Parts: sequence; structure tokens; C-alpha cells
Amino acid sequence: MALQSLDIIRRSATTLPSPEVRGAHTGQVAKLIDTTKCIGCKACQVACMEWNDLRDDIGTCTGHYDNPHDLSEHSWTLMRFTEYENPKGDLAWLIRKDGCMHCEDPGCLKACPSPGAIVQYSNGIVDFHEENCIGCGYCITGCPFDIPRISKKDKKAYKCTLCSDRVAVGLEPACVKACPTGAIVFGTKEDMKQHAEERIEDLKSRGFDQAGLYDPSGVGGTHVMYVLHHADQPELYADLPKNPKISPLVRLWKGAAKPLSLFAIFATAAVGFLHYIGMGPNEVDEADEEAARRELEKKP
Amino acid sequence: MNAEDNRDMIVRYTAGARIKHWIGAISFVLVALSGLALFHPAFFWLTNLFGGGPWTRILHPFIGCVMIVVFYLFSLGIWRYNFFDERDWLWLRKVPDVMSNREQNVPEAGRYNAGQKLLFYSIIACLMGLLLSGIVIWRVYFSAFFPIGLIRLASLLHAFCAFVLICSIAVHVYMAIWEKGSMRAMTRGRVSLGWAWKNHRAWFREVTRGIQQR
Repeated sequence: MALQSLDIIRRSATTLPSPEVRGAHTGQVAKLIDTTKCIGCKACQVACMEWNDLRDDIGTCTGHYDNPHDLSEHSWTLMRFTEYENPKGDLAWLIRKDGCMHCEDPGCLKACPSPGAIVQYSNGIVDFHEENCIGCGYCITGCPFDIPRISKKDKKAYKCTLCSDRVAVGLEPACVKACPTGAIVFGTKEDMKQHAEERIEDLKSRGFDQAGLYDPSGVGGTHVMYVLHHADQPELYADLPKNPKISPLVRLWKGAAKPLSLFAIFATAAVGFLHYIGMGPNEVDEADEEAARRELEKKP
Repeated sequence: MNAEDNRDMIVRYTAGARIKHWIGAISFVLVALSGLALFHPAFFWLTNLFGGGPWTRILHPFIGCVMIVVFYLFSLGIWRYNFFDERDWLWLRKVPDVMSNREQNVPEAGRYNAGQKLLFYSIIACLMGLLLSGIVIWRVYFSAFFPIGLIRLASLLHAFCAFVLICSIAVHVYMAIWEKGSMRAMTRGRVSLGWAWKNHRAWFREVTRGIQQR
């Protein structure tokens, strides 16, 4: 939602730079989700719907703990539960709070055709301005994490805002506020990385050799990061992509294809115009009509 | 008999064909403008012609369907004149002569010359590509049925086919402007004897066989 108290540094479908004199010199923000501390209570989901005034439909049981069973225009965050059997044969529950990752290089923003429908603030948050959204769904096509959802009611795209409205006035996101175990923390990206380091060191000392931070470089890093016990296999966590990046097809479609095809279309028109000016039109003159008549008459 | 009498001698397009062509042409213009608006930010202002961004998104695919259906109906009528033959390969080698107003070096063309036949196939293929990829990226009704990888591929393919189609139509429009007397074929349905003799001599012989007998 539009929030002009935050500086916009990147804007969808805009070819010139956005105002960027004012930067986040004290550091951009990040939310760190420590999956190793999560108990799956879903307080974050409740806090999200409460703060953002969202109420999803009562769904149906699909045989697992995920509730609702997928993100929607009304559910901007969702605990995804995975039952994992480790090599020793022990069962572990991997719980990942899914939602927008707030990529540094957002695929949704790259794909969006409507100027200013998707913006990135100087603090790193990627936000949808629904009043500019045209409902084409290109953000879904561009997103490497399958996050945006189009409302069936108003045909606008919605996703987690990282509580940009709260952050703008110095508050932490609602999910962070509600988390009872401190599994979700919020601060500058630097601080969050440092905090994650300490957590990872602790986890390693307790036998999680592969513990690590999920801050994928393929999308320039993210402003929502995870601490994972099995950072070498992020796919374990409900298909969290190992190497997320904007698809090369989307890059081509939204990159080189745009200027090159416009150039070629204009060149085609220009060649036509110059040909007309240089060569002149192909006209049927009296001699042609005469020849046609002669040909007709000479027929038996 | 003077030039005036020659003017409307030969029927090239029936009223039905002309109506189909122009419904197709108008829908092409609308679908191209709305498509360019969604393709490049430099053209986003064109959405104003359609009532804003959301209306452009809503209307574009429907106008596209009208264009495709009408053009395919139109193409049924001219399909049989567009088969490639020996003469066409020769004609293609003489394109520089065609473009330099030196028809005397160019092999006689039938109802359509090789360039027109290529354009015909290009349009048929582009429209098929636009239709198939367009269904995949038509978010409100169909995208949910397709995997994300296919949607990404279809988005790119849709843009590519549209690009080829726009360039093809630009060539088509220019040819109609450049070759004087052609436009009349599609606005009034008739061409002069001299036009047919000059530009489509094999076809001229074919159609004037009937005139001669009268």
C-alpha cells in the first residue's frame, strides 16, 4: 500500500532512476526467521491477519498441519510443516514461515508492466501499491519464490509488506512482535547477519554441522532470511529453492527483448518510409492499362 | 475504352472478405496498441486509450481472440491461392528488382506473389503462437492450469510472436501504400486491368479469360 514516508528507490515499469539521494545509510532492514527456534504455533499468522485486517476463508483439512494450505490474497504468511527423517532415522519437524522474501533484486518488480505498482524502498522492503496494479499476474511469473497472489475479488496482487507501515514509524513487523520464542527477529540486515552467525555457531556446537544462513545471492540477497539446520538442503523446508534467481526467460522478456524489439519495429517503419522517399511508389500508368487492354483484345 | 473504364474491371475481394479483413485489421491495431502498452513502459500511456491499466489488461485478450478468429475465417477464403510453387522461389530471388520498380525482370505472379505468400504464412504462424501462449498467460481464466515454467516461456513467446506479427503487418501496410492501386482492392474490392496486368500477370490472364467470353 502506498506509503510516502518511505523513500522509493526502485519502481516497476520505470526506465529512469527514481529519486535516490536519500539512502539507508544506517543500513537496510531484514527479518531473520530462525527455523530452529520455531515451535509452529502460528502466532505470526494470527498477528499478520490482525495487523493487516485480513481474514481468510475457513479451509478444509488437507492432511497436514499447514493451515491454510497455501498462501492467498488473505494469507500473506504461512507456516509450512515438513516431516523429515534424518539419516539416523529420527523424525524431525522442519517448520518454515513462508512469505515474501523481499529480494534485493525482485523478480516481481522486474516483471511488472504497470509503473509504480511494485516499489522497493530505500530500506529494502518490496511493496505492492495495489492502486496501480492492473491484475495481469506478471509478478507471479517473475517471482522465484511463488509468493504473490491475485485476489479473486478485486483482481489485484497481494503479498507480505514486511509491515512497511509499521517499519516506517519505527515498529517491528507484526509477526516479529508476536513470536513467543524469539524465532523471528528484526533489525538492520548487518545486525541480523551477525545474530545469525551466533545462532549458527551455537547450532554447530550442538551437532548441526550444516546449519547456516539462507540469504540467496542469486536474487542479490533477501531482506527476509532464514537460519536453517540443514542449510545445505534448503529444499527440505517445503521446497525452499536452493539457488533462487529470476528465470532467464523472464530476464530476456523484461530485458534485452524490450529495447531490441522496439528498435526493430521502428527500423522496419523507417526503412519503409525511406524506401518510399528514395525509390518512389510503384504506380500503374496509362501504358500498363494500355498493355492490359491489348492483351485482352488479342485473345481469341 | 479509357483508363476510367479499366478501373473497376476485376474483382479481387468480395464484400465478405473485405469486411473480415477490416475487422481483423482494426482489432490488430487495438490489440497491438494495448499489447505494446503492457510490453514496454514507454508505451504504458496507451492504456489511456482503453480506459486505464486494468481495462487494457481485461480487453486485450478478448480483442486478440476476435482478431484471430476473424483472420482465420478470412484466411480460409484465400488459403488455396497461397501454395508455394516453382515460380515463387524464382520470384524471391528477384526481390531487389521488385523493390527497385524493375518489374520487367521479375517472374509473373499469380493472385499472390511469393512475398505475400510468406507474409500469409508468417501471420498464420504468429497468430497460432499468440493464441496458444496467450491462453497460458491469461491469468484470470487459464494460468492456474499451467506450471510456472510454461507461463514464463509463454510470456516470452507471446512477446516474440507479437513482435514478428507487428513487423509483418508493417511490411504489409507499407506494400499497400507503396504499390498504388492495391488499397482499392481492399476498400472497394476491385482493381484496374492495368494493376492486375502489372503486378499479378498470371492471375490477370486467369481472371480475364472469363471477361473475354462475355
